[in-house]
Amino acid sequence: MNLIEFPLLDQTSSNSVISTTLNDLSNWSRLSSLWPLLYGTSCCFIEFASLIGSRFDFDRYGLVPRSSPRQADLILTAGTVTMKMAPSLVRLYEQMPEPKYVIAMGACTITGGMFSTDSYSTVRGVDKLIPVDVYLPGCPPKPEAVIDALTKLRKKISREIVEDRTLSQNKKRCFTTSHKLYVRRSTHTGTYEQELLYQSPSTLDISSETFLKSKSPVPSYKLVN
Amino acid sequence: MIIDRVEVETINSFSKLELLKEVYGLISILPILTLLLGITIEVLVIVWLEREISASIQQRIGPEYAGPLGLLQAIADGTKLLFKEDILPSRGDISLFSIGPSIAVISVLLSFLVIPLGYHFVLADLSIGVFLWIAISSIAPIGLLMAGYSSNNKYSFLGGLRAAAQSISYEIPLTFCVLAISLLSNSLSTVDIVEAQSKYGFFGWNIWRQPIGFLVFLISSLAECERLPFDLPEAEEELVAGYQTEYSGIKYGLFYLVSYLNLLVSSLFVTVLYLGGWNFSIPYISFFDFFQMNKAVGILEMTMGIFITLTKAYLFLFISITIRWTLPRMRMDQLLNLGWKFLLPISLGNLLLTTSFQLVSL
Repeated sequence: MNLIEFPLLDQTSSNSVISTTLNDLSNWSRLSSLWPLLYGTSCCFIEFASLIGSRFDFDRYGLVPRSSPRQADLILTAGTVTMKMAPSLVRLYEQMPEPKYVIAMGACTITGGMFSTDSYSTVRGVDKLIPVDVYLPGCPPKPEAVIDALTKLRKKISREIVEDRTLSQNKKRCFTTSHKLYVRRSTHTGTYEQELLYQSPSTLDISSETFLKSKSPVPSYKLVN
Repeated sequence: MIIDRVEVETINSFSKLELLKEVYGLISILPILTLLLGITIEVLVIVWLEREISASIQQRIGPEYAGPLGLLQAIADGTKLLFKEDILPSRGDISLFSIGPSIAVISVLLSFLVIPLGYHFVLADLSIGVFLWIAISSIAPIGLLMAGYSSNNKYSFLGGLRAAAQSISYEIPLTFCVLAISLLSNSLSTVDIVEAQSKYGFFGWNIWRQPIGFLVFLISSLAECERLPFDLPEAEEELVAGYQTEYSGIKYGLFYLVSYLNLLVSSLFVTVLYLGGWNFSIPYISFFDFFQMNKAVGILEMTMGIFITLTKAYLFLFISITIRWTLPRMRMDQLLNLGWKFLLPISLGNLLLTTSFQLVSL
């Protein structure tokens, strides 16, 4: 028997009735209130914004746009993600509480789209940065296509098993980078030329260290290819 | 032998007493639990109503797929928030961060104590009644301030400060309106206030005797609930979500609950103070004459009282929901100007007029 086709048979722990119904309850609640993060970097967001309005209305599926990542369950990466935007996208994703889902919306966030050949600044596919649940092609995709992606994500959530999620949750979380703030002497000393010529060795040390640490999580040579 | 028997008897009677006490305690808890259950159901209904009404105002459909007509949408949201990860900010004050939302919830829940839902159907008919509500509802901003301060986030902090400033400045005109009402009915008890309006049916409502007070109460209760013309503390475009920015999971759910509980409390108080509470309110026709029913049926009377109170409260809720989706947000200086320079003098003048009329009529 092929285990890829029947992933449920591999599970031994979800046999009891109670855990199954709890699992179903949590899956149902998750899929029927997927709150998306208000995140848009370019033209795909225009299509996404029309979903908020009256013609396509994603409130029918229980989607309420939230502006704080702490309360969002879903991020639709609407629009081209540039190298400059990449660290903040990763940070926003990290700030969302588990369970969280990603829909890569539009060609730009799947492969880089029309920027994939000769751009020096585009990330070739948002899946190099964050794990993607549903790929939604189109340039930009129609609102109907977004609703299609949403129903596919809902289907995916409905087949989820809680234990799998908790296993993947146990990886190391990224906390806020510690900004090395320290008290300095007043700058109004009157000896400005000396300050310029002889920088104190301690500040030099720290600045180079933080520079090395504050690189984007994926090294830049990976992003180019 | 005899002593033993006596001892055993005393012990027996003592344990019986204890048992009785426990049973009595359980019975006295029962109405509280019933009220809590009722409140929870009402909040779920309000959330559904708000989403459907806002949808129909914007010519949308609103929640559709969660249960029939999207009725289970609020339950789905709540369950999801319960199962979500609860994030504590790594640099925040963890204890304050956890206490903040619970203080806000408890202070709002306590004010349901004095609301009469039917004829003498009230948890505690206190002689200070409405003032208990005013005193308790001013504890909530402390919880919001705690939440804003402990999140270690500039948006949260600004939101917390705004919430505190707003609710402190709008509490004063609210209190003056309540004072004027209590002067009219010579009592602070909520039951007496409703009784005083029961005489002439629809025309005996306090809204006709206190039209200015009603308007001021309406505006400042909207401000207390942080509803849309006054929702500066959680303004999405400036502060990400105000003091709720760092909250996730069920703690955010508690804040969500607080906003709707607050709305329910203030609409129930509008019903009690201005719209005649549980009275049927059609002049010269008693409800029981109207339907040719026996007044001795106490349960039926009580149910009708609850039904009428809730209908009036939901009418008021409909108005505040429509206001939310009609008016734009005010600026901070406009908000404080309205509170201190307009509502406060007007409510003071209203109080002065009411007092002098009462003195003359005496």
